[in-house]
Amino acid sequence: MSVEARERRQPWILLSPALGAVALLLLVPLIFIVVYSFWLRAAVGPDTPGFHLDNWQRALTDPFYRYILLNTLKIAAITTVFCALLGYPAAYFITRSRGNKLILLLLLMLPFWISYIIRTMSWINILGSSGAVNTLLLSMGVISDPIRMLYNEATVILGLVHFLLPFMVLNIYVSLDGIDTNLEDAATSLGATRWQAFLQVTLPLSLPGLAAGGLLCFVLGAGTYITPLILGGPRDAMFANLVFEAIITQLNWPMGSALSLLLLLVLGALVAIYNRFLGMSQLTKGLG
Amino acid sequence: MGWAAIRAYTILVYLFMFLPVVVVVLLSFNQNQFGSFPMTGFSLRWFEALWNNDAVMRAFRTSIVLGLLTALISTTLGVLASLALVRYAVPGKNLITTVLIAPILVPEVVLAVALLLFLNWLGIGKSFALLLAGHVIFTLPFVILVVQARLVSIRRDVEEAALSLGASPVQTFFSITLPLLMPAVAAGGLFAFTISFDDITGTLFWKPGGVETVPTQIFSMLRNSISPEINALGTVMILMTVGLPLLGAALARWLSVKRGV
Repeated sequence: MSVEARERRQPWILLSPALGAVALLLLVPLIFIVVYSFWLRAAVGPDTPGFHLDNWQRALTDPFYRYILLNTLKIAAITTVFCALLGYPAAYFITRSRGNKLILLLLLMLPFWISYIIRTMSWINILGSSGAVNTLLLSMGVISDPIRMLYNEATVILGLVHFLLPFMVLNIYVSLDGIDTNLEDAATSLGATRWQAFLQVTLPLSLPGLAAGGLLCFVLGAGTYITPLILGGPRDAMFANLVFEAIITQLNWPMGSALSLLLLLVLGALVAIYNRFLGMSQLTKGLG
Repeated sequence: MGWAAIRAYTILVYLFMFLPVVVVVLLSFNQNQFGSFPMTGFSLRWFEALWNNDAVMRAFRTSIVLGLLTALISTTLGVLASLALVRYAVPGKNLITTVLIAPILVPEVVLAVALLLFLNWLGIGKSFALLLAGHVIFTLPFVILVVQARLVSIRRDVEEAALSLGASPVQTFFSITLPLLMPAVAAGGLFAFTISFDDITGTLFWKPGGVETVPTQIFSMLRNSISPEINALGTVMILMTVGLPLLGAALARWLSVKRGV
């Protein structure tokens, strides 16, 4: 074999284990559940192969599923807005602070390393009936019985914001850090106030980072089922909880396939729209 | 809005991020028998209870073995793929990168369902093998991102010098590229281990009945009620997942100082 041919083959040898793994463990399984979603669940024994539209018809028309889907999108949207409101000023502060930038960033990265389930359940210590807030209010005599603050939609959103905020701050930070501070100075020297300079120069330039952070928060928030299980009440299920119920509790795998594909389609459409207008490069920048 | 206001706001955001975690650590040392507020004194009794809790220790062993195997496989696949992408002119590089990153672009629930159903159809039901396959595929993109970023910054001339002096490509890889790449390999492996150690979303779908990892163990303990043992377990997890990377970074620094790099 010529040296050139070997040179051309080498990268494929190096790539084949990883590509093979992704193909076998992700791409083919995704195609498989597309097929599976048209099968029917059998009362006894294995599911019946075939081409039945029943699961999809139910997934798309059942009012309960639709209600949960819309509610999931609503919760993800509210979470994203809160992440932006909390995250933007913090990211701005980190970018513009002198000296201790690295420590501030490192501190912010720390939650990435702290377990998701620990961070989620930590709110029970704060808001639970014998948690910090109730204990404090009881001891001050403000209330005589513990207030019930946990297990509702608000605490689900709180948990999600707490989980996703670092993604938002990091993306905005990456974007803000790339902006030349001279631009803002130039604007002020031309007569703009600090606030005007921020609104008309810095904010528009940082929008790609805000959008990337927003997309991550929305998609990750809309795909979770653990947070509602820990911090939500029985009526606060999100769409991924329906998937979990169908697959693990009811063992209705064809229906579970259809539901998880529906979730993938909805969130995938969102990513596609984002990609159409902004491209994926900003997103990988924030991850790297 | 003044600078002082932004600073105050940022401090509040940081408090929001860290206060709940600090409370977990504080309560895990609480002497109070219900493990809740008020704190009545310092005690290690909840850690002792953990140590004597068989289910928790089993979960720890499962998580550690799973994490180590995941890190080993994921890092090997990730380093090979990154080498190909950074060091060779591969046609369709963007498409390949997108495919390799795909496992984090797909919502984890969907990935979990697809993998469970497909491998089950192949005859591999809920098992340790399924868990390992899931953790590998989910951590691979992170390893590739970390290793690639590092590989770009390693100058190629060093490798070319070795090759021109008569070393074979394999020799060059093991005596030049790999040592230079070691920090990236370690970072990738550590990343894969921590992500695997923390994962619950996929794990709940893949784990066989009776097998628990630390996160799923915490999850099932939460079903009963929040006991002080959970806070102690949380503290141990925080120490492991935060302490390990810090230790790793310190070790890497110490090694590079010692080697005079």
